[in-house]
Amino acid sequence: MDAAKNKYSIIVPTYNERLNIALIVYLIFKHLRDVDFEIIVVDDGSPDGTQEIVKQLQKLYGEDRILLRPRAKKLGLGTAYIHGLKYASGNFVVIMDADLSHHPKYFPSFIKKQLETGASIVTGTRYVTGGGVHGWNLMRKLTSRGANVLAQTLLWPGVSDLTGSFRLYKKSVLEDVISSCVSKGYVFQMEMIVRASRKGYHIEEVPITFVDRVFGSSKLGGSEIVEYLKGLIYLMITT
Amino acid sequence: MKHVLKLLSLLVVISALWIGLLQASIIPQSHTWLLPIYFVVSLGCYGLLMVGVGLMRFPTCPQEALLLQQDIAEAKDFLKQKGVDVGSD
Repeated sequence: MDAAKNKYSIIVPTYNERLNIALIVYLIFKHLRDVDFEIIVVDDGSPDGTQEIVKQLQKLYGEDRILLRPRAKKLGLGTAYIHGLKYASGNFVVIMDADLSHHPKYFPSFIKKQLETGASIVTGTRYVTGGGVHGWNLMRKLTSRGANVLAQTLLWPGVSDLTGSFRLYKKSVLEDVISSCVSKGYVFQMEMIVRASRKGYHIEEVPITFVDRVFGSSKLGGSEIVEYLKGLIYLMITT
Repeated sequence: MKHVLKLLSLLVVISALWIGLLQASIIPQSHTWLLPIYFVVSLGCYGLLMVGVGLMRFPTCPQEALLLQQDIAEAKDFLKQKGVDVGSD
């Protein structure tokens, strides 16, 4: 594939990310200087004025580089990707979080990995050397590690970081996989990568660092654990 | 094939081997009866070991938080200059 002809559509779902969206856009432009890309912001009717900020960014960077495709209200991550995909003109799609836990500086390594290997999906992993997490206490690390070992034992997923949502997909592959996924939240991310793995798509991993600035305000309680276990069982039975 | 079916077939194969061992009496019967328990316990221990090792070797990146702060400051400066509102959220 001719590298010069590749275009990357970056879908960023937002909800109340007035400040972060501006920072992310700046960082994306900083780290992707010689790459053809567009940013598709799917905002779910944020009450904090996120869309106004995006419009200011459009004036600064161009409406052809930043697409604002909002929705009326909070409708969930999976549908946000599907919505964004409708407007994506690239042959590759990147999905990432808007809260700066995912840093755009890793884009070049995602792109490089894909060009080197021809992979259909490149997924960021926090759990290998070169990657890492900051902002988690021991308990959080323990639950993360325990959840991961359980998922590896039960699902044989083929990737080291199942719940990660920093990924590069070939557009056709994303369209194929997303159409068969029905879960919500982080189980959705797991379902995407497991289904892709089952369908035999070539998946590669690159190490990424994850700075959790919101942990502490969101506790990992009993109900999250139950949801996770239900998600694992669902994936065991349906994939 | 759904994954749960793969796991069940694996279980069936292991059970068949176990029953075979029971009938062939290569190992004394008393030991053979306990094999499933040994298997489950070993699996559990292996799991705990993997969790423990993973926890010890959990990659952290404290310097990333600092770098992020620097990036945020740089971004705010640039955007403020260009007229984008980067007031606190």
